Amino acid sequence: MGRKLLLENDHIEGIRKLDVYRKHGGYSSLEKALKTMTPEQVVEEVKASGLRGRGGAGFPTGMKWSFIAKPAGVPRYVVCNADESEPGTFKDRYLMERIPHLLIEGMIASSFALGARTSFIYIRGEYFYVARILEQAIAEAYEAGLLGKNIMNSGFDHDCYVQVGAGAYICGEETALIESLEGKRGNPRIKPPFPAVAGLYGCPTVVNNVETIAAVVPIIKDGGAAYASIGVGKSTGTKLISASGHINKPGVYEIELGVPVEEFIYSEQYCGGIRNGKKLKAVVAGGSSVPILPADLILKTAAGESRLMTYESLADGGFASGTMLGSGGFIVMDEDTSIVKNLWNFTRFYHHESCGQCSPCREGTGWMEKILHKILDGNGTLADVDLLWDIQSKIEGKTICPLGDAASWPVASAIRHFRSEFEEYVRNGKSIKDVKHYFRLHQVAEA
Amino acid sequence: MSDNKEYKFSDETLATAQRIIRRYPEGKEKSALIPLLHLAQAEFDGWLSPGAMDCVSALLKIQPIEAYEVASFYSMFNLKPVGKCVIEVCRTSSCWLLGAEDIVRHIEKKLNIHVGETTTDGMFTLKTVECLGSCGTAPMLQCGGDYYENLTFDKVDNLLEKMKSEGKRRVYTKDDMINI
Ligand SMILES: Cc1cc2nc3c(=O)[nH]c(=O)nc-3n(C[C@H](O)[C@H](O)[C@H](O)COP(=O)(O)O)c2cc1C
Ligand code: SF4
Ligand code: FES
Repeated sequence: MGRKLLLENDHIEGIRKLDVYRKHGGYSSLEKALKTMTPEQVVEEVKASGLRGRGGAGFPTGMKWSFIAKPAGVPRYVVCNADESEPGTFKDRYLMERIPHLLIEGMIASSFALGARTSFIYIRGEYFYVARILEQAIAEAYEAGLLGKNIMNSGFDHDCYVQVGAGAYICGEETALIESLEGKRGNPRIKPPFPAVAGLYGCPTVVNNVETIAAVVPIIKDGGAAYASIGVGKSTGTKLISASGHINKPGVYEIELGVPVEEFIYSEQYCGGIRNGKKLKAVVAGGSSVPILPADLILKTAAGESRLMTYESLADGGFASGTMLGSGGFIVMDEDTSIVKNLWNFTRFYHHESCGQCSPCREGTGWMEKILHKILDGNGTLADVDLLWDIQSKIEGKTICPLGDAASWPVASAIRHFRSEFEEYVRNGKSIKDVKHYFRLHQVAEA
Repeated sequence: MSDNKEYKFSDETLATAQRIIRRYPEGKEKSALIPLLHLAQAEFDGWLSPGAMDCVSALLKIQPIEAYEVASFYSMFNLKPVGKCVIEVCRTSSCWLLGAEDIVRHIEKKLNIHVGETTTDGMFTLKTVECLGSCGTAPMLQCGGDYYENLTFDKVDNLLEKMKSEGKRRVYTKDDMINI
């Protein structure tokens, strides 16, 4: 059995409540930080832990924290990214719903480390009921003197608020999130300046994912070195994986980084294998944005080594034969899945979610969606497949925010690894198209 | 811009709105815009008419256009009247892999409407939405803040029957906007 640091107590009855959470050691990390550590020491432990951002990009958290500007007299903010809209990802919802106090404790401790008097948890609007759970937990924390003035008699004051969004994937991008939190449209900002210098209300701000902030709690409890002793190389600690698609046991799993992908998919402890005795065809390992890999390449690297659930191993081979750990949104597809249709669905998603500021993203995602639609209808040509490739290459790296890349990578990887399937549609699309194409009909009707 | 209806928050909603506004630093009250638009949508029949948005912009002392431009950016805000129950079916990856198309088609037949339409009795509006973070329990739909997961045709039928017989509007209730 792998060790669990975040979901160790998720099954305990009533753990959502403060008293039960405390009975199982809750808020002891906060107490330790406030009473025995300086803010700098907390930052040092996080650095030593090797923790990397769990929102998708995997940037070292301790390093990010050390970048925060500290001009005198200017407030600093900690913002928790609970927007969780990357298709295939549902771990943050699980964590917040089950153990809300773990996040709140992490928020207070992180804010102590960063010198933030106020923090916000920006949660996607659709998670309204989860926001309510968090608000209840926050109310309990205030009542117990864990929030507000002079927390645990340490002299540290802190307020934490829950802010709901209103349905926009782009608001998960940290600068779009900040814009949204300021009451505006979620248009990403041009960086630099980075939020660590000029974020919320122009003040130094750290934005971290729910899971990242929750991980600060065990890091304080056992020390950065203990956290770093779990995992492989630069992939330290545990990671929540949201597993979905054609598997027997979908759900959220906390793994020690380094579990072999094959074990993750097939063992009873995790996904329990492919549904209905089917064969594995492809996996999107880290949320819809990361490159899709065919079965052989997700299980083994191009060099024939067993692929592990780590940042490095999943990326082995670069985009030619690898992918990314991303948000840990692990989508499994069986042998009957149409890669072309799946790609159409993803591309439609990115087109829908583009904020529209940059032309390559705004226009390119729409063009790609249309071309895929044409191919699916059996009206495509081989030149269309090349055109798709060309368009994605002209979006990637040429936009204000990484949504452009996120829209390109699925297209590039699907063509790279499944080109023959596109060609099959070009040749025989007219006869394939009567399978299930209901959403596409709507797309036409809605346009 | 306004219709003839008078858009005024109830005292209770107003108090909630003011509590939310106080969270932000002085001069940054616009941060309350999205939470207040949610309040307005819940208060005024599940959608944001120009009058409803004006009510919010007046409270925040911002230009009406600032509320319109935000309301039109976010998919949860309805800018047209909707039925009492807005059925939002996830159409993204994992739900699609596990039969979301069939669920949508089934609901369309059952309610005799297409996606984007409202039933003539004003009871249901059918929408498709993007991934709602419920992919491990796909296919799923959301209605008024509640998640309905691992859907089957039977489950959908029972749900629609239940909603119809209850006949009440399902919104994110104002109680959800808990305040500190
Ligand atoms: C289009 C887009 C969507 C994103 N969505 C999310 C999200 O839903 N949740 C999240 O934590 N990070 C998301 N991110 C990443 C954030 O920009 C940011 O890197 C992250 O919140 C930093 O936190 P971390 O370092 O703890 O991962 C998104 C990025 C992009 C470009
Ligand atoms: S890349 Fe797309 S989503 Fe990002 S800023 Fe540009 S248009 Fe907006
Ligand atoms: S794909 Fe439907 S909830 Fe995520």
